[in-house]
Amino acid sequence: MTETPIAIEARNAVKSFGQGAVAVRALDDVSVQIRRGEFFTLLGPSGCGKTTLLRLIAGFETPTSGQILLGGEDITHLPPNKRPVNTVFQSYALFPHLSVAQNIAFGLEMQNRPRAEVAATVARMLALVQLEPMANRKTSQLSGGQQQRVALARALAPTPKVLLLDEPLSALDLKLRKEMQIELKRLQQETGITFVFVTHDQEEALTMSDRIAVMSAGHIQQVGSPRDIYTRPANRFVASFIGETNFLTGTSDGTRVVLGNGAAVDVTAPKGPVTLAIRPEQVRIAGVDGGGMPATVASTVYFGTDTHLHLTLSDGTAVVARQQSPAAGGIDAPKGAQVGITLPTDALQVLGE
Amino acid sequence: MAERSFEVARLPGFKFIAITAFVLLYMPIITLVVYSFNSGQSVAVWEGFSLDWYGKAWANEAVKGATYRSLIIAASASAIATTVATMAALGTTRRKAFKGQTFIYVMINQPLMVPEIVTAVALLIFFASIKVATGYNGLIYLIIAHAAFCIPFAYLPIRARLEGMDLTLETAAADLYASHWQTFRRVTLPLMLPGIIAGAMLAFVISLDDVVITEFVKSGGQDTLPTYMLGQMRRAVTPEVNAISTVLLALTVVLLTAFFLLTRKND
Repeated sequence: MTETPIAIEARNAVKSFGQGAVAVRALDDVSVQIRRGEFFTLLGPSGCGKTTLLRLIAGFETPTSGQILLGGEDITHLPPNKRPVNTVFQSYALFPHLSVAQNIAFGLEMQNRPRAEVAATVARMLALVQLEPMANRKTSQLSGGQQQRVALARALAPTPKVLLLDEPLSALDLKLRKEMQIELKRLQQETGITFVFVTHDQEEALTMSDRIAVMSAGHIQQVGSPRDIYTRPANRFVASFIGETNFLTGTSDGTRVVLGNGAAVDVTAPKGPVTLAIRPEQVRIAGVDGGGMPATVASTVYFGTDTHLHLTLSDGTAVVARQQSPAAGGIDAPKGAQVGITLPTDALQVLGE
Repeated sequence: MAERSFEVARLPGFKFIAITAFVLLYMPIITLVVYSFNSGQSVAVWEGFSLDWYGKAWANEAVKGATYRSLIIAASASAIATTVATMAALGTTRRKAFKGQTFIYVMINQPLMVPEIVTAVALLIFFASIKVATGYNGLIYLIIAHAAFCIPFAYLPIRARLEGMDLTLETAAADLYASHWQTFRRVTLPLMLPGIIAGAMLAFVISLDDVVITEFVKSGGQDTLPTYMLGQMRRAVTPEVNAISTVLLALTVVLLTAFFLLTRKND
């Protein structure tokens, strides 16, 4: 039997809550393919439908229409206990009446695995998440980070085809979150299990994922590698949600785009009004009176190694430029200074709406 | 800021009222307990310490019979009430809100609101016709009657326990391959068990203590401890009644202490 390269797939999945006039479409015709063994992230603001999609995959919800396929097999109407898919819950949902080891053993016992195998797997999982000394503790005696590891071990123990993670790091403090990001990535690589990770944190998504699906308002806006998503955002939503972006409006004649301040850039775009995006770190400060588009420094924000310059173009358009602080070799442009900026053609993205 | 806020304990007369309330509540009970150890015949004149009345009560066949019946009824009624209350609590918390939910809630707790004497008279008339029709006069009538008024007492702690439970735990169990039954057996039931035990204890104590409904429903020779004591009071009052009451009090205190320990927020 050859296994398909697609671990899980949603086909035209629709999920509505409520009925009639008050019905809300949490997912609106979503189709996505998640590859075997990849770290896939569903990224978007709250209410974008990412958790709903996760719950459809887990089987906690049934789609209003559309299909969920696991390894090419239709599992749309399979109850959660029949799906080889496990979940790490946002609240961890550890069983408070069971010890750490019993929590980890739960899924294996429900599958009627032999006792010796259960014991061996629990020991392996405890080692994997470095919690061997805690095996017989109650989960309420553990710290947040340790509970997180137990939840991970419990979900990984039955070796699911897909591991679902519902904002698992959101309850941790910053330092612990950074550690767990590395930990999660390591676990995913060691186990080779397909991870579907839900988060609203774009930095988390960029650092951990093989591929990201950016979601908004029940739709998938773009699917791609972190680099794709960051450097070639498909639309204005993606560009503004991932990182900071400057938007410039202009008019295209087919070969060049004339911006609001009258300057032209060599960007190919369909004729008519267009929106261009450029990341702050790609805006070049050509220097005081060094040519380029004239701009006025409205304010500067110091970030240590970097400084953000909030600039105003001659037509009033606001542009943020990020450059190294003067001590690190950047140009010293105080508030009110006149500078010239250039926008590298290959850094400019033409956005669809 | 803190010293300006209203503190009831600092009002004039607070201490006096509090002490008076405690004396009024506990003096009669303390007196009852003290006189259970009286060596004389009186429940009002102290003649000396003795355990005679406990011995007499213990040797009294009527007391033995009444104790036995009380325990049988309380155990059976609390078991039935707790089972029904557990199912009712699951049915009212483990589903989406439905039409008539408040109505059902009121129905379950009806025995708390309807005057006991009304229930007693209604049961007397209802059971009388069944007794006539079937000719059966056993304890079962008392057990059913007690089970009925014990249900809300068992229901409330179980429901409170279920409402405080994280529903994600059941979702997590299902996610980890547990069937509905396994989820109930391995997750829901162990987590609600303290509530169930607390409910059963409360029901047991309420049943043990009942006079009004028992007095109306019982057939001849079916005295429970409280109705036996009531009968004794009509004749000569001896410290034997005090001794029985003291034992009942001790049992109740033990059960209620266990109840509070179980319903206290654990962890």
